[in-house]
Amino acid sequence: MSSPYLSQPSSVSMIMLKVLCAMIPAIAADAWFFGPAVLVTICLASITALCVEALMLQLRNRPVLPFLMDGSALLTAWLLALSIPPMGPWWMIVTGTAFAIAISKHLYGGLGNNPFNPAMVGYAVLIISFPVQMTQWLAPESVAQAHLGLGEVLDYMFFHILPQGMNLDAVTSATPLDTLKTQLHMERPIGEILSMPIYGAMGGKGGEWMAAAYLAGGLYLLQQRIITWQVPVAFLASIFAISGLFHLADSAHHAGPFFHLASGASMIGAFFILTDPVTGPTTPKGKLLFATGAGILTYLIRTYGNYPDGVAFATLLMNICVPLIDAYTQPPVFGKKK
Amino acid sequence: MRKLFHFNGGVHPPQHKVESVKDPIRKPPLPEKLVIPLHQHIGTAAKVAVMVGERVLKGQKIGEATGNVSSAIHAPTSGKVLEIGNFPVAHPSGLSELCVTIAPDGMDEAAPFSPVDPFSMDPAEIRKILRDSGVVGLGGAVFPSAIKLNPGREKQVRTLVLNGAECEPYITCDDLLMRERADEIVKGAQIMRHLLHAEEVIVGIEDNKPEAIAAMKQAAGDEIEVVAVPTLYPGGGAKQLIRVLTGIEVPAGERSTDLGVQCFNVATAYTVYRAIACGEPVTSRIVTVTGNVKNPGNYEALIGTPMDFLIGLSEPLEGSRGALMGGPMMGFDLPSVSVPVVKATNCIIVKSEKLFPAPPTPMPCIRCGRCAASCPADLQPQELYWFAKAGNFGKAQEYSLFDCIECGCCSYVCPSHIPLVQFYRYAKSEIWAQEREKKSSDIARVRHEFRIERTEREKREKAERLAQKAAQTRAQIKAEENS
Repeated sequence: MSSPYLSQPSSVSMIMLKVLCAMIPAIAADAWFFGPAVLVTICLASITALCVEALMLQLRNRPVLPFLMDGSALLTAWLLALSIPPMGPWWMIVTGTAFAIAISKHLYGGLGNNPFNPAMVGYAVLIISFPVQMTQWLAPESVAQAHLGLGEVLDYMFFHILPQGMNLDAVTSATPLDTLKTQLHMERPIGEILSMPIYGAMGGKGGEWMAAAYLAGGLYLLQQRIITWQVPVAFLASIFAISGLFHLADSAHHAGPFFHLASGASMIGAFFILTDPVTGPTTPKGKLLFATGAGILTYLIRTYGNYPDGVAFATLLMNICVPLIDAYTQPPVFGKKK
Repeated sequence: MRKLFHFNGGVHPPQHKVESVKDPIRKPPLPEKLVIPLHQHIGTAAKVAVMVGERVLKGQKIGEATGNVSSAIHAPTSGKVLEIGNFPVAHPSGLSELCVTIAPDGMDEAAPFSPVDPFSMDPAEIRKILRDSGVVGLGGAVFPSAIKLNPGREKQVRTLVLNGAECEPYITCDDLLMRERADEIVKGAQIMRHLLHAEEVIVGIEDNKPEAIAAMKQAAGDEIEVVAVPTLYPGGGAKQLIRVLTGIEVPAGERSTDLGVQCFNVATAYTVYRAIACGEPVTSRIVTVTGNVKNPGNYEALIGTPMDFLIGLSEPLEGSRGALMGGPMMGFDLPSVSVPVVKATNCIIVKSEKLFPAPPTPMPCIRCGRCAASCPADLQPQELYWFAKAGNFGKAQEYSLFDCIECGCCSYVCPSHIPLVQFYRYAKSEIWAQEREKKSSDIARVRHEFRIERTEREKREKAERLAQKAAQTRAQIKAEENS
């Protein structure tokens, strides 16, 4: 061994653990406003992720325990679980998680080597393969006609059974972003749409509180120096700017910037998805470029695309650009600055 | 107040400096023998100037400087030359080098010293004295100071920077020297300033040494500026300190003098003063002995003192296993603790499992970028690691591998505990090896081409000769036939 002989007491597991902790407020908000289904989804995704991770490590002849303990599989599972409808069928959750871990992480070389965000690959696979199940989001409990207890949620997720006489429509609804898009297509005025019961003060009812919780978690990660400011600031600023421009130009057909910040996956994207170090750029300038691109793409996909939200595809499209961005944004080295 | 500048990154490792500053500089007793390597500086080794069995006096030259870049070596005390031969020296590889072994006679009888007045002398004469007095950079690089004190004809050195930052953890030898001998350091700085014709002299000291700063300020007067710089490793690197104090960034491969700055360690200034104004060559230095010892402290150790002698004086504790020379960030593991103290020995850290636990098993790089954020050379260590690991050395050079100063900040902060600096050292040595190979294959190619050319020329000449001969013969036959 040669110098240095000292190292800071930090580890990959510690980083992942802090990110997981930072997600807890949003999970709590989710459970509070939309019922216990999300907890079941997270548990199922976590178990699947750990099993598939262990299996893949075994197949690749890698030490199982140290890599299982690094927490990265768990983080992928949580991100995916929070990106899909909370009461999806069990097989959908298992398929998405298994694909994320086995294909988009381990087939590319495992931790640190995957070019695409595994959770977002899992999401993309699911929304393309199972569009119906992937758009059945739970309505906020304060709006829904019926509530499901934990037992009833499990019955539905594992056996596709709803309580006698209950219709799925009684508990689900389209997301606020989706509703806005379809209602605008039906030429309803935007003011009227946003006064529908699923909307809250800024975004969707409940959803806006989750966004606030993600923001709080993200600020914790910034304070802990797990993430840097460039990605969240550039991402949120670009969404704000582009939605603001569209809103100024045509406020009858475009919701305002605050709606876009508080809706969909803007906040989880800004602080938890796009900040994934493995699949993002490493240079400060590169991070700004990457997140700005992702913000613009997110808005365009949301507004003009066929999918309910744009964060996942925006992330994957920008992931492709990362090697190029990194290569062209190398900061000048010491003594060679202009 | 001077405006201070920043450099990128840096880290705050635990300092461990308080342990070794409790006592003033200690004078150790004479060891039984001194083993003095003849190559203690950058450049050519000194040539032996004594014979086995000869009695030498304190300060007598035992090695003569040879070649342009070299420095003399002196006997640290009076005694008899026991042996001249190869012995292991302080080098990570356990290298052996030519050493003069002296058995001290306990009289400590000195050769006559001849002090001079530097301000009324030809600077070239002073530089010769410095070379003959064995004055080299004591910050660790041990480059002969006489060369650095030659400003040259074209370039003007505006600023002389004295480095008292001492940013590495554990090391306190410069701290104590500044506390106790500030006057001599300042006088040395004045001589250096005179040699360089520098306009200003700035002493940079990290703000974790308030006693040293106070002592130096008091000694400095108005002509020399003593500046407290923020404690941030590697703020004591010459380039980093120059940047902090003057805002100038010295690029890799360039000399700071070309940009009007020259930098010396404070201990070097002290030895310049002793050599010129007292006529004393460099025969001792301050060494911090710390780590897993009961009684850490600083010793004014004679060059050639076996390190285990000093460690013994500090009483090693249970669980000691080996020692480092230098600091824990840039120092190296001593293959043996019995090697002698040399001019580069600023610190000896006795290791233990508790102080230096084995690093955890490395995990894959997750590109978190902490290394880049901590890099004082503004490099992208995660990319360099990737290229070095893949053997893509061309790309590593393109990403400025050779601007890496191996300060260790990247390895220190890496959450995956990847030994990044080792990868860079490996890549550098591979590139050097390739260049050497290319050079020798270039020579071989030239030789080969020359040989082919020569054999062809010989063939051609032979054919021409034969043809000529044949023509002659034919002509002769024709002539004979005709006649």
